[in-house]
Amino acid sequence: MRLQRVNVLSLLMLLLVMLMPSSWAAASSGVKLDEANIQIEDRDAIKRGAKLFVQYCLNCHSAELMRYSRIGQDLGMTKEEVRRDLITTGAKPGGVMTVAIDKEDATRWFGKAPPDLSVISRARGVDWLYTYLRSFYRDTSRPWGVNNTVFKDVGMPHVLWELQGLQAPVIESIVDINGNTQEHIVGFTLVQKGQMDAQTYDDTVRDLVTFLDYLGEPSKLQRLALGKWVLLFLAGLLVLVILLKKEYWRDIH
Amino acid sequence: MLDKATQRVVELRDWADERFPVTAFWRDHLARYYAPKNLNFWYFFGSLALLMLVMQLLTGIFLTMNYKPTAGTAFASVEYIMRDVNWGWLIRYMHSTGASFFFIVIYLHMFRAMLYGSYRAPRELLWLFGMLIFAVLMAEAFMGYLLPWGQMSFWGAQVIISLFGAIPYIGDELALWIRGDFVVADATLNRFFAFHVIAFPLLLIGLVMFHMISLHSVGSNNPDGIEIKKHKDKDGIPLDGIPFHPYYTVKDLIGVVIFLMLFSAVLFYAPEMGGWFLEKDNFVPANPLKTPEHIAPLWYFTPFYAILRAVPDKFLGVVAMGASIAVLFLLPWLDRSPVKSIRQRGALFKIALTTFVISFIGLAYLGTVAATPIATLFSRIFSVLYFAFFLLMPIYSKMDKTKPIPERVT
Repeated sequence: MRLQRVNVLSLLMLLLVMLMPSSWAAASSGVKLDEANIQIEDRDAIKRGAKLFVQYCLNCHSAELMRYSRIGQDLGMTKEEVRRDLITTGAKPGGVMTVAIDKEDATRWFGKAPPDLSVISRARGVDWLYTYLRSFYRDTSRPWGVNNTVFKDVGMPHVLWELQGLQAPVIESIVDINGNTQEHIVGFTLVQKGQMDAQTYDDTVRDLVTFLDYLGEPSKLQRLALGKWVLLFLAGLLVLVILLKKEYWRDIH
Repeated sequence: MLDKATQRVVELRDWADERFPVTAFWRDHLARYYAPKNLNFWYFFGSLALLMLVMQLLTGIFLTMNYKPTAGTAFASVEYIMRDVNWGWLIRYMHSTGASFFFIVIYLHMFRAMLYGSYRAPRELLWLFGMLIFAVLMAEAFMGYLLPWGQMSFWGAQVIISLFGAIPYIGDELALWIRGDFVVADATLNRFFAFHVIAFPLLLIGLVMFHMISLHSVGSNNPDGIEIKKHKDKDGIPLDGIPFHPYYTVKDLIGVVIFLMLFSAVLFYAPEMGGWFLEKDNFVPANPLKTPEHIAPLWYFTPFYAILRAVPDKFLGVVAMGASIAVLFLLPWLDRSPVKSIRQRGALFKIALTTFVISFIGLAYLGTVAATPIATLFSRIFSVLYFAFFLLMPIYSKMDKTKPIPERVT
């Protein structure tokens, strides 16, 4: 019986390793990320986020792997609604979300062409995006007058500044063991008011990140909805096959 | 008295039997293939491996219908499958989750063989065919991982192929020949695609056939490690054997359903498995100009990758990594114990096996983290323990205090 326990133990250890979160996938910037706490099943949040995305992001960033019509289909929007709410260019509803910005121009303006955002949520994670979009601060040494604690010296301007306003960093000086003074940004203070208060801005960013999460994997909505039925079916099947096995093995001793 | 319809079926069967051994095949491999009656859950993993092979082949066929193997189109075509192909996301996730589950099943299947001494005489060839399957499966998985053409696909392949460059004299030429270009590029992707969808699957199917033919010729081992063919009744049927069909087909069904539940739970609720099955960086298209901060192979390669990194010299590291896989082939001849199963083995072997399992899991973990001094130190300790398990086996397996082998299964 002890041997069996050893077997089970090694199996458990294997499973445990499988379940450990991978350390290399963690954020590398060293900044503590705030939890986005998005609800992917909240279609209204996705819809609000989609409008924000079209308004603020889709001028420079493309999402070339995604079709407008797919968003409409998943969110229960008619063709007219898709045209009215999501398409600001001459694109067809069945087309993909491209931008007109020229790659060379963009590289000249921002130092680097803005990346396509189709699967950005899967590459960065929702917490990273949520924190990033709330961590722009005033830095006059940068070309756009802002810097970011999550993505140092990012080429992107603070596109949502009219909503959030402008924050200044709260800097704390720490003297390390070598006697050198090191400055750390420990927080932000609002120096110029935006259209929204802090809470509303956080909620707005959360909506946008919810949309980005959906954009990264639109089938997530189907996947989560289908999963429980598949598991339920298999649970029923399990009962049947156990009974079947018992019936056949009755005469084996 | 048979009714007319049944008679027709019987006639058809006889007609076929005269031309192809249908009934004989059914009899030899299912209805009158006798398996020990005491097989436990560890014996599920053989049939589950077969299930995984079939699942990977079938989903692979459908992925191939929409995947485009060029550097310019590969990444987008995978996302096209995820978005625009009907049920494409399900097929793709079955395939990507399937790859990891295939390795889970194979590792547990191999561990079962180590627990009960299933590699021992007369099953040495069975073990060797199995090891060849494992080796080909690693090549198959490695090449398949390049196909999504993400950053990890690209840089993982770049790192692993460059290892061939460490071989003296011919190394650089060899690496160039494998890539077909000076870096991993379109030519590499194209040939890896060819290997992944044709060459290695064909090899796998062939080897699995050989594996099964030798299994059905020598018969299954069992947790007691005894040969059921020693005790037969007057008709030549093993006393402790039961027909594979229907007994083990219905029993394996339980294993299949439980397995599919675990598989579905991951597929539907955590297809990335927190970065273990699908790495975050692989959602960034391959960029030859930008090296990711941390390159790590997928989890099923990390034990061997950790051994590679544990050795300070690059070439010797490659040799050690190769040896860590090669030494598994020798297992049937390293084990000198008078008994097969862990049930009759003494404390020495149990300690050795436990140490081996801890080292293997430890190495698997260390292969995923950055090579800090402390991680490297532990990698070295575990690597030594890994090899010690095999190389000292002729000594400790012989010295071990064993229990008597029972006559019949318990």
